[in-house]
Amino acid sequence: MSIHLNVNGQEHEVTADPQTPLLYVLRNDLGLNAAKFGCGLGQCGSCTVVIDGVAVFSCVTPIMLLQGRRITTVEGLGSIDNPGPLQRAFIERQAAQCGYCIAGMMMRAHALLEKTADPTDAEIRASLEPNLCRCGTHMRILAAVKRAAVLRHESTFQ
Amino acid sequence: MAIAIALCLLILVSALWLFSFHAEIAPIPQPADGTFGAEIVARGAELAAIGNCDVCHTREGGELFAGARPVPTPFGTIYSTNITPDPDTGIGNWSEAAFQRAMREGVSRTGQQLYPAFPYQHFTKVTDDDNRALYAYLMSRKPVRAPAVHNEIWSPLKFRPLIAAWKALFFRPGPYRAEPSRSAEWNRGAYLAEGLGHCGACHTPRNALGAERAGRSYTGARVEGWDAYALNSSAAAPVPWSLESLQTYLQSGWHVQHGMSQGPMAGVTGDLAAASSADIRAMATFIGGQLNSTRAPAADLRERRSGSGGEIYEASCSSCHDGSRALPFGGVDLSLSTALNAPSPRNLINVTLVGLAPPDGHAGPIMPGFGGAISDDQLAALLAHLRARYSDKGPWSDLSGEILAARRALKNGRAGL
Repeated sequence: MSIHLNVNGQEHEVTADPQTPLLYVLRNDLGLNAAKFGCGLGQCGSCTVVIDGVAVFSCVTPIMLLQGRRITTVEGLGSIDNPGPLQRAFIERQAAQCGYCIAGMMMRAHALLEKTADPTDAEIRASLEPNLCRCGTHMRILAAVKRAAVLRHESTFQ
Repeated sequence: MAIAIALCLLILVSALWLFSFHAEIAPIPQPADGTFGAEIVARGAELAAIGNCDVCHTREGGELFAGARPVPTPFGTIYSTNITPDPDTGIGNWSEAAFQRAMREGVSRTGQQLYPAFPYQHFTKVTDDDNRALYAYLMSRKPVRAPAVHNEIWSPLKFRPLIAAWKALFFRPGPYRAEPSRSAEWNRGAYLAEGLGHCGACHTPRNALGAERAGRSYTGARVEGWDAYALNSSAAAPVPWSLESLQTYLQSGWHVQHGMSQGPMAGVTGDLAAASSADIRAMATFIGGQLNSTRAPAADLRERRSGSGGEIYEASCSSCHDGSRALPFGGVDLSLSTALNAPSPRNLINVTLVGLAPPDGHAGPIMPGFGGAISDDQLAALLAHLRARYSDKGPWSDLSGEILAARRALKNGRAGL
C-alpha cells in the first residue's frame, strides 16, 4: 500500500504497511536519519518531529494518520553548508554531548518558536519537558533555544 | 553390541567399496578475474543463498567461504573447508568437472571421500546448470588463504574409505525426479528443498550412523541445541502456514503470525533474503504442501480488525495497552478504564490528545499524547472502536462534537494542541 507523505516540503510516495511508524519510514525509506529511535514507546522524545506545527513522537505515529500532513524534521531546518538559526544556535552553544536527544530537542524547540517567538525560560522548560537527555546538557540546551530565538529574529530582519 | 556389529559391517562393506576408487581430477590454473559472466555469477549467488553455503563454510567472524566453522556431529567435530578460489588452501585449482563431481558424488578433486557433513545426499540432485552457476559464483569470490583445520572425530573415522561404506548404505546418488502429478512450481520447490536447500539435513531425524532416516522425512529433529520443527501436518504453529506467510517468513526471517526464525534457522532465512522470489515461492509451495496436508488454510488475522479505529489502536496504542505488564510499566488494561466506561467521552479524548504526565515530583506511569498526530476523524474512529471493544456500554452519541469542544478547550491551556 502506498501513502503520500509531505516531508520538509517534498512529496514522497511511500510503499509500506500503513501501521509502519513514521520514524521507520523517515530513516529506512527516506534516508532522513536525524530523528532517532530511543524507547519506541513515545516516552523519551529522541524521535520527535513536527507535524503541522506540532511536536510529535514519530515512533508511535503510524503513517496511516499522516496522509496530506506537513512533516518537518531537522533536515528541513537547514543543511550542513547552510544551517538554519536553530541549528546555528545549538552549534554555538555546544548543546550536544552524545547528541542522541538533540534532533528531538531541536524539533520540539522548533514547534515552540514557531508559535512563541520569544519564549520565557519557563515556557522553554515546560515545552521541552517531554524530551529526555541522559547526558545532562539541559542548561546548554536551554541556552541554545534562547539563542535560537535571537538568531531567528536576525535572519528575519536580513 | 549393536555398535560392534555395525562396525564389522562397515569394515566389510568398505573393503568392497575400496575397489570403486575415484581418480584425481587434474588441477587447473586459478581462473583469472572476469572468467565468468556477470549473469551466471548473479544466478550462482542466488543459488548459493538457497544452499546456505556460507552458513557452514564461514566461521564466526571469519572471511566469507574460508571455512573452519566447527560442525558438531555425534562422532566429533568436523571443520568446514575453505571454498574460496585460493589455489593452495581453497578450491582455486578445481575445474568445473571437479566441482560437479564433489556436489554429485561427495568426492574431492583429488579423489578423497568427503564426510557426509557436506550434504551431498541432497546436493546430488542439483542440476549441471545450477552447479555451473554455483561454481562461477564461488570461483569469482575473493580468494582467502586459510588452511584446513583438523577434524576432531573418533579416530577410526579418519580412515576415509569408511565413508565409502557409509555411502553404500545410505547415499543414493542421482538427479531429482519430478512428480508429474504435481505442478511445475511444486516440482521446482521440491527440487530446491530436497536438493540444494537441504532442508531435511536439519528437519529430518538421523539414525545412529548419522544418516537421515528413510521414511521419516521432515518429521523434525534436534540440531545444535535447537528443535528443527516438523515440516508436516504435525507442525507446532498455532496458525496454519499459508503460501504467503511461508514465503514472507523464508525471505524476511519473520512473519506476523509466526514470529521470528531463530537458532540455526536464522542463518538460513538470512541467506534466503538474497534468493530469487520465484525460487522462494516454489519452495514455499512445496513445504506448504507438506505442512498443510491435513489442515485448513489460515484465516488472515489482519482481516479480523474492525476498520480503521482498530487499525489505529493496533499501530499506536497496543504496544503499551496490549502488554501483560501492569501499571506503571505497561498501559492500563482498557477494559478497566473508567474513562472508557464513562457516560461522556471527554476524559478519554483529553487523555488521548495530551497524554498523562506523572504526578509532580514523583515517579509514575506516563502516556504520550497523540493530539499532534491524530486528526479529529481518526480520533473519533479510534474511540468508537475502543468503546465497542472494551465496554459493554452503548456507543457515545456525539463523539465528533466532543472532540471539537475538547480541542478548543485545550488549545490555550496546553502547548502543542
